[in-house]
Amino acid sequence: MVDTSPVSLSGPHGPKPRKALSRRNIFLYGTLFVITVYYALPLYVMIVTSLKGMPEIRLGNVFSPPVEITFQPWVKAWSEACTGLTCNGLSTGFWNSVQITIPSVILSIIIASVNGYALANWRFKGADVFFTILIFGAFIPYQVMLYPIVIMLREIGLYGSVWGLVLVHTVFGMPILTLLFRNYFTSLPEELFKAARVDGAGFWGIYLRIMVPMSLPIFTVAMILQVTGIWNDFLFGVVYTGPETYPMTVSLNNIVNSTQGVKEYNVNMAATILTGLVPLVIYFVSGRLFVRGIAAGAVKG
Amino acid sequence: MKNSVEIKNLDLQFGPVKVLQDLNLEIGKGEFLVLLGSSGCGKSTLLNCIAGLLDVSAGQIHINDKNVTWDEPSERGIGMVFQSYALYPQMTVEGNLSFGLKNAKLPKAEIAKRVKRAAEILQIEPLLKRKPAALSGGQRQRVAIGRALVRDVDVFLFDEPLSNLDAKLRADLRVEIKRLHQRLENTMIYVTHDQIEAMTLADRIAIMRDGQIMQLGTPDEIYGKPVNKYVADFIGSPSMNFLEGQIKAGNFEVGNLSIPLAGYDFANAAGPVDRAATIGIRPEHVVTGELVENATVKIDVEVNLVEPTGSDTLIDCEVAGRHFRVRMDGQSRVAAGEKLRLGIDPSKSSLFDLETELRL
Repeated sequence: MVDTSPVSLSGPHGPKPRKALSRRNIFLYGTLFVITVYYALPLYVMIVTSLKGMPEIRLGNVFSPPVEITFQPWVKAWSEACTGLTCNGLSTGFWNSVQITIPSVILSIIIASVNGYALANWRFKGADVFFTILIFGAFIPYQVMLYPIVIMLREIGLYGSVWGLVLVHTVFGMPILTLLFRNYFTSLPEELFKAARVDGAGFWGIYLRIMVPMSLPIFTVAMILQVTGIWNDFLFGVVYTGPETYPMTVSLNNIVNSTQGVKEYNVNMAATILTGLVPLVIYFVSGRLFVRGIAAGAVKG
Repeated sequence: MKNSVEIKNLDLQFGPVKVLQDLNLEIGKGEFLVLLGSSGCGKSTLLNCIAGLLDVSAGQIHINDKNVTWDEPSERGIGMVFQSYALYPQMTVEGNLSFGLKNAKLPKAEIAKRVKRAAEILQIEPLLKRKPAALSGGQRQRVAIGRALVRDVDVFLFDEPLSNLDAKLRADLRVEIKRLHQRLENTMIYVTHDQIEAMTLADRIAIMRDGQIMQLGTPDEIYGKPVNKYVADFIGSPSMNFLEGQIKAGNFEVGNLSIPLAGYDFANAAGPVDRAATIGIRPEHVVTGELVENATVKIDVEVNLVEPTGSDTLIDCEVAGRHFRVRMDGQSRVAAGEKLRLGIDPSKSSLFDLETELRL
C-alpha cells in the first residue's frame, strides 16, 4: 500500500481557493446585471402600468409602483375594450387565434415531418430539385405573395375565413420545417432505417413506428417555432381575415391604435401582456422536453 | 452442393463512380464466406446489394435459386446484423425481436415461439423486457443477431458486427458466431476489415479491392498462396517483407544474396523464367537460433530495433539494403546492435512479377 496520510502534505493542496470578489467576477456579474435590468425594465413598466388606475398614470411617474392596485384594466382589456363598434375586448381575437393556431401547427408539422422523412431516407427521383425549390421559397419576401394569395383564396372560397389563414400558415411553414425535419432525420443512424426495411416495414411503418418515436425533441422544436410564429403573426392575419375572424394580434392593434377617446395606457399594457402570454407559456412548459436525447442507446454506447 | 447465393455480373455505379465492377460470386449452402478488404473497397456495398438496400446498376442476384434482383429486402429471405447494432431504441428487446415478424403478420403464438427460441440460443432471456439503452455492447449485438435469427432465414448477412466492441468481447462473440454457424448451418456472408476475424471464421475468404474480388479461396490458400502482391501485403500481421530483384537460372538474386528456388511451387509448370521479380517472405517464416542450421538460405544481419509484444518479439533489420522484419519467440532476448543469423525457407515464400505484381 502507498502511504496516503495527509500529514506529509505541505504547500498548495486540494481545491484552489477562489476569491468571491475578483476583478473578473465584478465585470462578469456587473455586465449581466446591467443587461438584465435593460431587458426587464420594459416588462416591469408594463406590469406596473397595467395595475394602475388612469388618475395615477396621469401623474407621470412611469417607474413608480402602483399606489392602489387594480385589476380593472385587465378585465377591460379581455372583455370590454372597444374596437370600432364592437366592445368585446381581446376575447374574440383570442379564440380566433386558438382556432387558427392549433390546426395550422398540427397540419404543418405533420406534412413537414413526412416531407423531411421522405427527403432524408427515401432518395426518390428529383428529391434534390424538390428540396431546392422548397428552400428557395423561404427566401421570397412575403409582400410579393400577399395579393396573389388573396386572389387564390377568393377563388377557392376561403378568403376572410379562419381556414384560409390556416392554409396560408401551413404552406408558409413548409420550407423551414421541412429543412428542420430533414436534417434531424438525416442525423438519425441510417442503419436503423435499413434494419427496419429488412424487417419488412414500409414507408408509413418506418415513419410511424421507428422515426416518430425517436423524434420527440425535433417535434418539440417545431411546435415552439410554429406556435410562436403563428400566434405572433400580424401581416397574414390582417390581410386574409375579416373583422369577425381577426386573430388576437390584430385585435390588440385595433385596441391600442384606436384614435377616438382617451388613451388608456393601463388597458393597452394589460392587453399586450395577455397577447404575449401564450408563446411565453409554451416556452416555459416545453423547455424541458427540448434537451432530451431520445436516440440514446440506438447505436454504440 | 447447391448454391445458396449467386451473384452474376453485378455492376453498381453512383453517377460516374463505379463502385462494383462485373462481380461474380457463388456461395454454397451452409458456407461461411467472409468479404475482406480495406475501407472503401466495396465490401459493405456488395452486402447492401445482396440485402436489397441498394439498387444494382446491372447484373443479377439469386438467393436460393430465385432471382431476387428487384425484390424488397424483406422478401429475399435474409437476416442482417449491422455494425452499430441498429436496435430500435424505443422498443424492448422483445419488441425488437418481434418487429419483423409482426410486419410479416405471423400469428402471435408463432412469434412468441420464435422469440423464445432465439432468446434461448443467444442466452438473452433475462433481458427480454429491457430497452436497448439498458444493455451492454455485447448484449446489444446479441439482440441484433437475434433479430436476424427469428426471421428463420437461410442467409445471414453480417456488416462488420464486431467492430464496435472492445478486444476481449470481440474475441468472445467471434467464437459465439462460429458456434452459431455450426449449430444452425445457415449460409453466412460476413463483412470485415479484420483479418483475424476473417481467418478464424471463414470457410472461404473473398479479398476485395476497388469493387473487384482479388482472390477467393480458403484461409490457407489466401495466406499461403496469395495471387498478387496486394493480397500478400494485406494478409498477415506484421505484413510480408518484400525484396525486389531478379530471377536468374533458378535463383532469386537481390544484391549479393542468392536464394535457390528449387523447392518453390511455380504457378507455371515450366518452372522459373528469368525476369525481374519481387520475393515476399513472411516475418514468421524466418527462423533464428539453432533452426538456422537446417535452413536453405542463411543471412547475417544486425538488429536495428526490437519490439517485444509479449507472445512474440519483432525484430527490425536490413536485408540487401531493404527494411526487413522478423518474428521471434517472445522469450528470445536480443538487443539492438546485436548480430543475428536468419534462416529462410524459399518454398514458403511468394514470388511476384515486378511489373504485373501477379504470383509466379
